[in-house]
Order: sequence, then C-alpha cells, then structure tokens
Amino acid sequence: MYVAVKGGERAIENAHRLLAHERRGDRDVPELSLAQIAEQLSLGVDRVMTEGSLYDRELAALAIKQARGDLIEAIFLVRAFRATLPRFGATEPVNTGEMQVRRRISSTFKDIPGGQILGPTFDYTHRLLDPQLADGFVPEQPETSEARQAATPRVTDILGRDGLIEPSPAADADAPVGDLTREPLSFPADRDLRLQNLARADEGFLLALGYSSQRGYGRNHPFAGEIRFGEVEVEFFAEDAGFAVALGSIELTECQMVNQFKGSATEAPCFTRGYGLAFGQSERKTMSMALVDRSLRARELGEEVIAPAQDEEFVMSHSDNVQATGFVEHLKLPHYVDFQSELGLLRKLRKEFAEAKAPDMQEAAE
Amino acid sequence: MTTVAELPAGFADKVLSAQSTFRSVMDAMARPGSVQRVTASVGAPDGMMRGAAAIALTLFDHDTPIWLDAAMSATPDVAKWLKFHASAPVVADSSIASFALIGDAKNLPALDRFAFGSNEYPDRSTTLILQVESLTQGPTFEVKGPGIDGTALLQATLQPRDLFQRLTINEALFPRGIDVVLVHDDLIVAIPRTTRLVASGA
Amino acid sequence: MNAPAYNFAYLDEQTKRMIRRAILKAIAIPGYQVPFASREMPMPYGWGTGGVQVTAAILGPQDVLKVIDQGSDDTTNAISIRKFFGKTAGVATTTATSDATVIQTRHRIPEAPLHAGQVLVYQVPIPEPLRFLEPRETETRRMHALAEYGLMHVKLYEDIARFGHIATSYAYPVKVNARYVMDPSPTPKFDNPKMDNCPALQLFGAGREKRIYAIPPHTDVVSLDFEDHPFTRYRFDAPCALCGAGDSYLDEIVTDDKGGRMFVCSDTDYCESRQLAGHRGSESAAPHKERAHG
Repeated sequence: MYVAVKGGERAIENAHRLLAHERRGDRDVPELSLAQIAEQLSLGVDRVMTEGSLYDRELAALAIKQARGDLIEAIFLVRAFRATLPRFGATEPVNTGEMQVRRRISSTFKDIPGGQILGPTFDYTHRLLDPQLADGFVPEQPETSEARQAATPRVTDILGRDGLIEPSPAADADAPVGDLTREPLSFPADRDLRLQNLARADEGFLLALGYSSQRGYGRNHPFAGEIRFGEVEVEFFAEDAGFAVALGSIELTECQMVNQFKGSATEAPCFTRGYGLAFGQSERKTMSMALVDRSLRARELGEEVIAPAQDEEFVMSHSDNVQATGFVEHLKLPHYVDFQSELGLLRKLRKEFAEAKAPDMQEAAE
Repeated sequence: MTTVAELPAGFADKVLSAQSTFRSVMDAMARPGSVQRVTASVGAPDGMMRGAAAIALTLFDHDTPIWLDAAMSATPDVAKWLKFHASAPVVADSSIASFALIGDAKNLPALDRFAFGSNEYPDRSTTLILQVESLTQGPTFEVKGPGIDGTALLQATLQPRDLFQRLTINEALFPRGIDVVLVHDDLIVAIPRTTRLVASGA
Repeated sequence: MNAPAYNFAYLDEQTKRMIRRAILKAIAIPGYQVPFASREMPMPYGWGTGGVQVTAAILGPQDVLKVIDQGSDDTTNAISIRKFFGKTAGVATTTATSDATVIQTRHRIPEAPLHAGQVLVYQVPIPEPLRFLEPRETETRRMHALAEYGLMHVKLYEDIARFGHIATSYAYPVKVNARYVMDPSPTPKFDNPKMDNCPALQLFGAGREKRIYAIPPHTDVVSLDFEDHPFTRYRFDAPCALCGAGDSYLDEIVTDDKGGRMFVCSDTDYCESRQLAGHRGSESAAPHKERAHG
C-alpha cells in the first residue's frame, strides 16, 4: 500500500527552527552584536548596502547576521525590505568634489591639488596571515593631524579644464531620474539606468567583466584617474520650504576612469570616461563598475560591440545577483512534472531508435 | 470654486475598495459586453459618475497622464479631485494619455487623437473611460471575441451612436488599438480592442 | 530600528495599481507580454514572485485561494506561498479546485475543469517562447511585433527531422487568438488543450523577467504543429495506481532499486476526490509504458 508524502508544513517549520539553531552556532560562544558586525565587518556591510541599494548600516548588519554571513542572501533581505518602503522623491545630486576625503589616489598624476591620501587600504599590506589578530589584539592608535582645508578638485575636472577629456554630461534638471526598480527596463537603456544597474550589480560579475575588458575582450585602455572615499552631504529639495534641506551625510567611494581617447574629422581627440560609485568603501566594486560603464558606452562612442562587457542587454540582464541566485537556485524546487514529460519522451524516442536499428542489425547479420 | 476641504471624498476604504473595483474592471475586461457593478462606496466630483470615480481611484496615479474632455474640464473640480485623491497629472495632449475620461461621449474626439501603442509595445495605448446614457436599456449589440463564449448581447444607449463603427479600426490596428470602458452610474462594460461587433438592432 | 508594517496582501497600493494596469492590458491583448516593474518580493526570484505579485494584486477578502506546485497542494513551495497569503491577506484557503476562486499554480493545470469566475495564476520562469532560439529581447520583441514566427517552426521541424517527433514535452508553445505565440510556462504539453476555450481567466506572472500576460476566458489557444505532424497529447498507458483515473497526468514513483515503478496522479486534489468517491486503483507497482495519443 502506497501512502503519498505529506507533512510539508511540519517539515518547513522544523527546517526553520533548525536553521535558527545553526545560525546561532555553539551557544557557549558569545553571540555577535550588530555593532560588532557594523564595526568589524564593515566592508561586508558596505557591500550589502551597495548591492542592496539601501544606506542603513544597522539593517545591513542585521541582514548579514540573519544570513549567517552569506552576503548575497543579506543583499536579498535588504532588497526585499527596501521594496516596501514609500518613496518621497529623489535627493539633489551629491557633490563628490566636496567630499570629506579619507582616501584619495590618482594613478595619472604624481601630485594633485589637495594631495594623494593613502588612507585605510589593504593595498600595501603583505598578505601574511596575522596570528596576533586571532585573539585580543589591540592595534595602535592611528596617526592624526589637523584636517586639511585644501580643496580636492576631481582629477577629471583638472583634465576637463584643458578639454583633454570629454565633458561629463550635464544633468538635465527637468528630466526625471530613471529608476529601474520602478519602471520595467527596455533596451537600448540610457546611461542613468545603466549606472543604476551597475551600482546594484554583483561585485564578482562586474569584476570578471572588467577584467575581461582588460584582457582584450573590448579593450578600452583605462587609467585610474582618481579613486576617492569619504563623506558627502545629502540634500533633499523640500517643495514646501522651497530650498534644499540637508538630510545627513553618507560614505561613498567614487572611481573615475580615464580611457582611450576618441576623435573624428570634426572633433579633436580627447579622453573618455568610465564612472563608478558605491556606498561605503567599495574600491574593487567601483573600479570594476567604471570599467564596465566605459565598455557599455561603446554604442554611444561609435565603437564596434564585440565583447560581452560592451553588450548592454547581456550585462544588464545578468548583473543582478538577487535575480541570478533566485533562478539558479530555483532548480532545487520540484520539477517532477516536466521531468516526467521529458522522461516519457526520451523513452519513446529510445524505443523508436531501437526498433529502427533492429532491421539494420538483421541485414548486417545476413 | 471648490477648496480642497470641500472636495468630495474618495474611497471609504482605500485598500479594499480599490481591490473590489479592480475585480469588477478585470471581470469586465475579461468578459467583454458583460455588465459589472462597482460596489465600493465612493465620492465623486460633479460631472463624474460613481463608476468612473471608482475606476479613477483604482487605476490612476502619478505614473498615468490623464486626459479630460471638455465636459470633464468644464470646471476645475474633476482635475482637482484627481490630483488630490490620485496624484494623477492632467495633460492637454490626448496622445500621451494613459487614460481619457470622457464625460460627454457625444463629442468623443476622433480615436486617432489617442495613443494606439506601437507594434513592439501595444500596451502603451490610451484606455478610454466613456460615460454613457444606459448600459441596460436601448439598442442591442451582439459582440464576439476573446472572453466571450460564442457571442454576447449588450443592451445599451451609447454615444457616440457610431461607437462600434469607430472601433472597427481596432481590427486593422491589432495588436495596437484602443480599449474602452463604458460607465453608467455604478455599472461598467468593457470593450477591449479584440471585441468585434457581429450585429446591432433596435 | 524600523520594524516594517505590511499592507493587505503585502504589496503597497501603488505597486498594486501598476500591476493591475498591466493585467488589464494583458487581457486586452491576449498572449502579449506586458512589461511591468516587478518588485523584489520576500521570496527568491524563480520561486513564484511573478505569480505572487499577480495574486497579491487581484486577491480580496472574499476570495478562496488554492496554491499548487507540480499539481500538488502539499509540495513545500506551494505550502510556503499559501502560508504567505494566509498571513498577509488573511484569505480563506482550500485544496479543492472547485471551491477556489483564485488558483496559483506552478507547472500544472488542474484536472478538474475550471469554471467561469475562477482565475488561474501561473508562475512563469521564462515568459518568452522565442528566448531559447534568440536570446536578445530586442530581437524577440521585433519578431512578436511582426508576428514573425518562422524561427519557431524551423526549430519544431528540425526536431521532426532528427527524432521523427516534435521533441518538446513541456512549455510547449501555443498561439493565442491566432496572433501571439506564447509560452504556457513549464506545464506538460498534456495540459495544453485545457487552455483552449477555458471558461476561467488565465493570468501569467514572470517576476524576474518582469512580464505579465493573459488568456481571457473562451479564447482560442492552439498548440503549434504541422499538418503532417499534428500536436499529440502525451498520455499514460495505465491508470493512476491510487484512484484508477485514466485521464490524468501521472507522477512516476520509484518504489525500489530493482526497476519498480508506480504511477499516481500529479493532481493530488483530483486523486483524493476520486478516492473519496470510492474509486480505487491497483496500488500495484507494475511498470508500464507510455504511448502517444491523438
């Protein structure tokens, strides 16, 4: 006697309880606080805020804790929360030229107004595992000095003064800000939507695409014009008040790539731009984003589209890790019904194949 | 002139009224020619029937440009009410409207003044909401098409009188076209672009 | 911390309006995929977010909801989605096909005939029937605009040349109202005839791909085929081992590691209703073969 499988509801409840238990781990080990995650796993928090499209360190830390450190799962949690939030409007564009810079480097000029500032970076650490960190290590206090008042103009603006780089497209104050979370995407997509897509895109996906462009799949000869990380003020134009109100400040990383020049019979050659922007300190992300942004400008700059990184439909359709992980992982769901269809068809085709082969075999034997 | 405080109310219960009104409109669209009733309690500005007001509150918002005919824009009340309750922008150019509210259907402009959508995006078309004299009395119209089991009979007093003749452009335009929702008081009937007139009589 | 408060049926009203407008266009243009600004749902893309958004946009307190996955009310994903709406909308739920006003489904159409007044909501992974022939949206959109479906016929014909049959057994393409070629979602082709002239409204939601499409009631839905290779409905050779039904789609159950198999209804409500009505199957694990049936 066969009894159909039941009790899925119990199974789900029990699975959730077991998951909560595993998430907590050994109960003799102290529980992680959100402050510990936000303070000590801060780059993970930055990534979750960036790809989750929500600037809230505490919620991002909660998401990382809930996701057991799986950052894509954490990004998903933040996105699902964000989707339910009401929208009041768009802020004024932030001015990264007035950033309170904590790190700022240019690979195109030895010195720049405002100076190169190395800041907190892994760049010149020797990647030797440090046993000191294993337990109770108290680092030295960092060096301090008076905050410099010198302006830190963007390197691309310095190049722009001499016309050596294409002008940054001026924002049209009347044009609505594109938002691919509110409007279905259609192709070709304008740069505002492309940049939004790249800002939310999976860091690993952009890293691989940017890398592929460097290796010759749509090469565009990049220089890291400038990478800066620090705080900028966010303002919102309040219609009632009639002026912009400061909402607070956020940490951003900005990367401006300076790329291969172009020119034509009518236009003097000049450098072109690739742009990357992310919440927090996210250098790998912004550099990769800037490379891919520049690659995706192929159509606009009259370049032949030959490589994956230049193909906006390919890049934009596959860059979102919440979408990608959902669809890849949906293969875990039952597919008994369609599999049964395929199984039936395959059996039939094999049977017909065997029957067709049978007379041949006989002939061969004769 | 009406002040904001004097504007007629919207839905009594925003969430559930919009849901039940939507189901009536969806059923109407899915069964062309069938008469559906809007049951939600709703306020309406002068010149706007209850059914039209409920549809507006259910489907309009700041993403949907609205075009008003002369009857609907005779006083600023309708536009004000739409802006207050639905945040819907009223536009002068009918060819970019998501919805057109027609209070005086006798003077319905030529249909090509509205958006038909494109062959790539036939959904980018204007939906007409037409207030008519009756959806229960008058000549009979026999219609067929998707949503209809065989043919359906609609008895209605329609303006313009040649509405179905005008809608024959939908046949040549398809998949582009114009979808129409007829309203009388709290009754609604939909004539999507796939519906064809078979016969009409007295 | 901002503890979220959720609306009836989870979605905010603005999102519902956007989805509702898309549904109306989808009904007005049968088989055409209407783009919509799909939201990030609290369940993964690919797990029914499109169907869930469509259901959330239509569902009201009067509705009775049924959710099935692979024909069954008891699969984990069906349970999970049913619980979601039970919690966020407080609607009544049922497993009985005939009692439901809204049925959300993944991969099956119920065996019991649907009736007017019901809405069948399909979860769709890849809404574009031409996607596997042409990966670019810009291209497939043009093909639909021009009703240029030669590529699909070539694909089906290549199957015949290679295998002697159209080798598509699920997600079998259909033409709706003699205009749009449409993907029925990964239902077995066994279910295709149920879509034709169906008294219920059929709505399709693809969340990740951001498309909604529809088949109004009583609309022509034709499975693509050739005159000399007509569409055939896959059929099993033996009845359900539990209820004895000879007209239902069957799941294959592996009963041992010596080749033992049994076949039982994939539609659990159909099977249980029949058993309650006294129908009995063999309950034996005899293996049997399938044959094509016109």
